[in-house]
Parts: sequence; structure tokens; C-alpha cells
Amino acid sequence: MEVIHRHRNLTIFLIVLVAQVVGLAVQVKRPTDRGSTRLVRFWAISLVTPVGQAMVHAQGWVADLWRNYFYLRGVRQENQRLQQENLHMRLEQVRMAEDAGQAQRLQALLKFKEQFISETEAAQVIGSSGSETSRLVYIDKGARDGIKPDMAVITPSGVVGKVVRVFPATAQVLEINDQSSGIGAMLEKSRLQGILKGTPAGEIMVHYIMTDEKVEPGEAVVTSGGDRIFPKGLPIGQVVQVSPGPETFLNVRVKPAARLDRVEEVLVITKVDERQREIVPEAPRRAADILALRLPSIQIKPPAANPEAPTSSATVPPRSTSPPSTGAGASSGASVPNRKTTENTASNDGARGVNNGEPQKAKVVEPKPAGQQHDTQTKENSQ
Amino acid sequence: MQISITSSEQAQIQRFPWIITIGTPLLAVILQSYVPIHLHLFSILDLPLLVTLVFSVARRSPVGGVFTGAIIGLVQDSLTHQPLGVFGISKTVVGYLGSSLSLKLDVENPGSQFLMTLVFYVVHQGIYLFVARGLAEEALQLNWGHLPIAAVINGLLAVPLFAALDKVKQAT
Repeated sequence: MEVIHRHRNLTIFLIVLVAQVVGLAVQVKRPTDRGSTRLVRFWAISLVTPVGQAMVHAQGWVADLWRNYFYLRGVRQENQRLQQENLHMRLEQVRMAEDAGQAQRLQALLKFKEQFISETEAAQVIGSSGSETSRLVYIDKGARDGIKPDMAVITPSGVVGKVVRVFPATAQVLEINDQSSGIGAMLEKSRLQGILKGTPAGEIMVHYIMTDEKVEPGEAVVTSGGDRIFPKGLPIGQVVQVSPGPETFLNVRVKPAARLDRVEEVLVITKVDERQREIVPEAPRRAADILALRLPSIQIKPPAANPEAPTSSATVPPRSTSPPSTGAGASSGASVPNRKTTENTASNDGARGVNNGEPQKAKVVEPKPAGQQHDTQTKENSQ
Repeated sequence: MQISITSSEQAQIQRFPWIITIGTPLLAVILQSYVPIHLHLFSILDLPLLVTLVFSVARRSPVGGVFTGAIIGLVQDSLTHQPLGVFGISKTVVGYLGSSLSLKLDVENPGSQFLMTLVFYVVHQGIYLFVARGLAEEALQLNWGHLPIAAVINGLLAVPLFAALDKVKQAT
């Protein structure tokens, strides 16, 4: 007893140390029993995250104030640029919708089951573990918002990680570049599958791809769906380096698509549906309809706005048979009966205008008697 | 750089106002959690370790150092996905060694404070790796390339932290 008293400091040190070692051993022995440490974690997180949450909200408020009131320079130009971009994308969308439709019909024929992300929950990152050895972030949504462990967390750019622990108002998200993380990955072009893991330096690597396979830098990496957490096909990143790894495997280093080091807003996938495609009988379509779908939109000016609009005799009949559900807006002819457009030779010129980055404005003309049309044309030619 | 040897009798146990005693470690943990989401380079710092060391050394009380290290370490563990105790054990050892050292050596000099923090940072990382791999069975690796840089940066930051706490401590 006297010895203990004489070495009081050392004794207390050893007691505290041994207590922690025993506690650690219990946790390692029963890794699934999270209840024993849950209370400690709950209190610690309740202490830290509200402050982080308040800081993030205050920062967002200041940033909004700056963006919405003080930083509006160049908005008009940006708006114009976005409108141009929108036109391009609508044209691209039509093309892709055709391809997707074809793929879906094939999937239905082959009785494929596919996964749909049917529900997501937007969340904001309010903190991190603060340690380089534990790449983990906290989001401001928890059990109250329907978040559960093992839900996938993504951004529009790519995969971020998965939920590991859930608390009433917050949740822990383990990022894909953590050393203990592992998700099923697939190279998009070669369809090679492997397991994506984090490295000590915070990078991500695809493991278990044989050395005799050909992997090229620049190839996209997507989720394979094999881990049953991430739906198949979500973007993970791009291959940046391929080198020989241990044994007969390659080291495939990947640059993440999402900015993992400064992720601020995320989407938690709360519901994934799996269903088999059904063949929906389509109404037969004419070749002209399909062509019309591929055309860009035509802006119709209201007649009252420009009653003296210049006319032209080089008119074509309106495309009146386009289905209303298409995103291209090529069915404008159908919505304005008895009107004609000056779009020379219909589709081709319009498409070219958009492809040049300067969409041609379609002129709307009132139907006129033949002689009057001729006069106008002569006037235009003389000009 | 001056590191003079003092006897235990000469060394005074220092105390801090309770707001500093509780607020500083809490602020360190909060900053360590919040700042890296906006400034990723910040995660090279280990503010909880610096606070553990500074408090342990300034107090010159090994028991105080043990509990300071254990509590800060366990709170830090709670924010990770690892079992509780990995940071706890590492910081308990640092707290005990730091305060024991302060009884034997005079560590008022900025040079010695820098050197001591640098060494303790490396010791902490070594214990952390040992506990994580040996006891917690985590397949963890350290970024060894980062270690010397991180040790120097943490050492440099410790000097103003020592100076700031020096101004608020109350000798008993």
C-alpha cells in the first residue's frame, strides 16, 4: 500500500491506461455491439456538432447575402450563356432519350431488373472527424429524417461514401477514401470489376484487377452495385495512374469525381427501387415525327408583339405531328395552327443554327394571299 | 535554447480558470472537426494533442495530465469511426509523460517547447499506430511522408499556444 501511495501518479496512470485497454478489447471482441459506446459517442457528438451546425448556417447566411445582393455582376451574360447551353443540352437530351429508350426496350426483352434511386434526402456537411486517419464527415440529417446506416451518400458529381452511424439529428458518413472503406467498383469501358479502397494519403485505388488486363488512364470508374449499398452505375471517378501492384494485381489510382476534401452538400439515397422493365406498346410513329423529335426548339413570337413582322415566301408546312412529351420543343408547329415559319428547308437549317452556337430565330408570319407573299419576297430580295 | 533541470520542490502546480480548463479543449475539438471541411490542410494539425500537451506541461501535475489526455482523447475518438480508446490511450501517455517531464525540466523556453512538441507528436503517432493496429485490429497505415512536416508545424503552433496559456495561468 505504501508503494502505491509513493508511486501515486504512476498508479493512477496505469489504472486509466488499463481501463482504456480493457474497454478497447471489449469493443474489438464484440464489434457489432455498438450500444456500449453509443452513449459516450452520443454525448460527444451532441457537444460538438451543434456548434459546427451553427457555424455552417451562419456561413451559409453570409454567403447567400453576398451572392444574392452584392455579387450580381455578370448575371445577364451568364444567363445568356446558360440559355445557349440549355439549347444544346435539349438537343443532346433528345438524342440520348432515343438511345435510352432503345436500351430500355432491350432490357425489357432480356428481363433485366434495374435499380432506380427513388428517394433522396439533401443534407449539409457540418463537421468531420478532424483526423487524417479517419476520413469521416457529419451531416445535419439523422434518424429523425429517415437516415439509416449503410445508406449511400452522393453528390451530383459522384459518390461520397456511406452512412455508418446515425444519431437523432446527425449521421456519420464514412468517405470512400478512408482506409477502412471498400466499395464495389467497375471500369466503365472495359467492365472490369474490383474493390475500391482508400489509402493513408486520402487517395482511392481499385484493387483486385489482374495485371494482364488493360486499363488506361482517363477511363471512368463507376459503382458496380456488388456491395448492395451503392446502386450500379454511379460515377466514382477517373483512372489517373496504373502500376503493377502486389502479386498479380494492378494498382489503379483513381481521381474521385466528387471533391471529397471539401464536400459541403450531399444527397443521401434513402430508397432504391428494383423493378423489371415492361414493354410498353408504342404508337407507330412516322419517320417525319422521329425527325421532328431531333430538331431544336423554335421560339414563337406572339402575334400581337410584332404584327408587321417581315414575311417570306420560303415557308414550309408546320410540323404538326410531334408528340407533346418530347423535350426538344420541336412540336411548336403543332401548337400554333395556321402559322408558318420561315425556317428554310425545315429541319436542317435550324439544327445547324443551334450547332453553331447561335440558334436562328424563327420568324412567324401570318398567312397572306399569294400575290402579297410574292411582293414581300421581292422586297426582301431587293434589300 | 535552454532546458534547465529543476527539482520537484521548485516546480509549482499551475491552475487555470475553469472556463479556460473546459473551454480550450472543447474549442480545440470543435475547430479540429469544423475547419477541415473548408480548409483541408488544417487536418495536418492536431489541436487536441497540442492542448493536452500544453495543459499537462503547464500544470505540472501528472494526474491532471493523465485525465486531461484521457478525456480529450476519448472525445476525439467519439468523432471517428474507430473504437473508443485509440486516441484516448495515446493522449493519456502523452499527458502523463508531458507533465512528468515538466517536473524534471524547465520547459519555459520557446525552443524547448517546440522541440518537446515535435518529439511528443512523433511519440503520439507511434502509440496511436501501435494501439490501432495491435489492439484495435485496424488495418491502418500512417502517411509517413507527412509525419516530419506535421511534427514541425504542430511544434511551431505549440509555441504561441504555450505563451497564450502562460498569461492566464494562476500559480498556487
